Amino acid sequence: MLIKINRDKCTGCESCIQSCPFDSIVMKDEKAEITETCQFCRSCLNVCPEGAIYEIEEASDKKEKEEGSGVWVYAEQRDGVIAGVSFELLGAGRGLANKLGTEVSAVLFGATEADARELIRWGADRVYHCGDELVRTFNDEPYADLLSGLIQQYRPEIVLAGATPIGRSFIPRVAARLKAGLTADCTSLEIDEDSKNLLQVRPAFGGNIMATILCPHTRPQMATVRPRVMKRGEYDESRQGEIIPVKTDNVRSRTKVIETIKEVSDISVNLQEANVIVSGGRGTGGEKGFKLLHELAEALGASLGASRAAVDEGWIPYRHQVGQTGKTVGPKIYIACGISGAVQHVVGMQSSDIIVAINKNPEAPIFNIATYGIVGDLFEIVPMLTKKIKEAKGL
Amino acid sequence: MRIIVCIKQVPDTAEVRINPETNTLIRDGVPSIINPYDTHAIEAGLQIKEKTGGKVTVLTMGPPQAESALREALSMGADEAVLLTDRAFAGSDTWATAYTLAKAIEHIGADVILCGKQAIDGDTAQVGPETAEFLDIPHIAYIRKIDDIAEGRIVVQRLMDDGYDVVESSLPVLLTVVRELNVPRMPSLKGKMAAKKAEIRKLSAADIGAAEESLGLKGSPTQVRNIFAPEVKTDRKMFEGTAEEKVDALIKELVGQKCL
Repeated sequence: MLIKINRDKCTGCESCIQSCPFDSIVMKDEKAEITETCQFCRSCLNVCPEGAIYEIEEASDKKEKEEGSGVWVYAEQRDGVIAGVSFELLGAGRGLANKLGTEVSAVLFGATEADARELIRWGADRVYHCGDELVRTFNDEPYADLLSGLIQQYRPEIVLAGATPIGRSFIPRVAARLKAGLTADCTSLEIDEDSKNLLQVRPAFGGNIMATILCPHTRPQMATVRPRVMKRGEYDESRQGEIIPVKTDNVRSRTKVIETIKEVSDISVNLQEANVIVSGGRGTGGEKGFKLLHELAEALGASLGASRAAVDEGWIPYRHQVGQTGKTVGPKIYIACGISGAVQHVVGMQSSDIIVAINKNPEAPIFNIATYGIVGDLFEIVPMLTKKIKEAKGL
Repeated sequence: MRIIVCIKQVPDTAEVRINPETNTLIRDGVPSIINPYDTHAIEAGLQIKEKTGGKVTVLTMGPPQAESALREALSMGADEAVLLTDRAFAGSDTWATAYTLAKAIEHIGADVILCGKQAIDGDTAQVGPETAEFLDIPHIAYIRKIDDIAEGRIVVQRLMDDGYDVVESSLPVLLTVVRELNVPRMPSLKGKMAAKKAEIRKLSAADIGAAEESLGLKGSPTQVRNIFAPEVKTDRKMFEGTAEEKVDALIKELVGQKCL
């Protein structure tokens, strides 16, 4: 695909210049011109009042893709425990496979055959399972060797993995080796009706914008997804599927895990598992404001979260941070107090079932994603809420 | 020890916004900075050099104006700066970027390659591991501490969700670093003076022997189809009245939803 400007139609009004997010339109001889930094994002297509901007398909656009079918989910484990994100990816993978009329396979390195069966109950039709000692602990090279070998052998069209320290470390190696497109931290995955391409939506620029990414010419299409972004599928005790054992041949590792140290803080675990989160931002004004939130959290049996602004101010430790650079959470209720709702924060909590926003500023973007909104002073609202919740609960 | 630190010049994303009417980035007046994670990679490179001797080269791929990021790295104490710049690199995604960086690193030569864990504009964290794959060397991501480094061997702490792993690797190796690793030093006055006059080595696609079909937009498996402002929810309820009425209305809703 190429985007062109019809020089005869162009009046030199410059209205397209500002439309380009990549500064790829320049004025030359009083006419607009698209430079080679164009990313084909199509932002300029409809802004020209004269209709001088158009797109053309290139021969290479119709290039035959390599064959492939099936949706794969890399199911991650650590210490033999399957990560929750794996079940979420099976839910998402199932939806994509249904639209493509294909099957879902999981790939599991480490853990046991019983765990592989569990993946079937969560939606996999097939599990490629390697139970060898060599892959029980995570090392990038054996994992990348094994997964790329399987992909080359079975040729899936889509491969999904968790955007965790493990997935984000070795999945890029697989993509590099296979010359496959890889999109990080997707928040939505859909199938394009016409082309059957995977539409991968992800935040960029700290979450201030969203971008839809395509891999039109290469297979598999690879994507990582953060935990708690997708919903789990149906668990079906009676679901049947196939387990295909995989062996580690010809894999090497130049890295070795000498020791594993656990340092889990109760609060951070709590945040991602919490049913209710009370969260504070710049509007809390400091520790005094957070004390009110703490009381509300106590009354609700909730965990305490925070925006980056509050953490950067040093009002609350980093492990409470929710957002693009903090934790992704998905509680039943998320109460945002004095949080403006910068996208950086929103991408970390928008999958919450109910979002309550309390903010002084009626224009705060947090109200755009809220289920319930209260415009008001949190120093007045929050203590009142705490008191009434205690009453309602008979405390 | 030959040390290469890969850095990226990025817009200070805390300030990038989208115009909801035109769906485009508002980038007027957004300052350019060295990707914050990369400043920790520079510091790590300097500390390794102080321990083992050797040379620290900072490498960036970007337009000519990325030179200012390299000069800043030089002022912190890097010995040499290389700017990978060519119009053929334009439009590179992570695959094409990693391929290009790997070609340049092969050209320069390195025992340890350091990168920030991710860049704050793209946030993909993919270029480091992909570069290691192209170089056919091991990598360790999310390094929070370097325990030991000696000829041919390194031991580091890799940050995980539930704690950390102590990992050993052979050299050469590529490491991506997190903020906990160190506190980047401030440029000295002497460093600033030297950086101003330093010569920046420029490398083009031809210099590094890169294959044209693997560069830039052409070499990129992913394409940006469109960009847009994050969604607005339309079915929200805003409560009206006095503070007390609003709180009562909220509690009523939450009770109705069986949340309390």
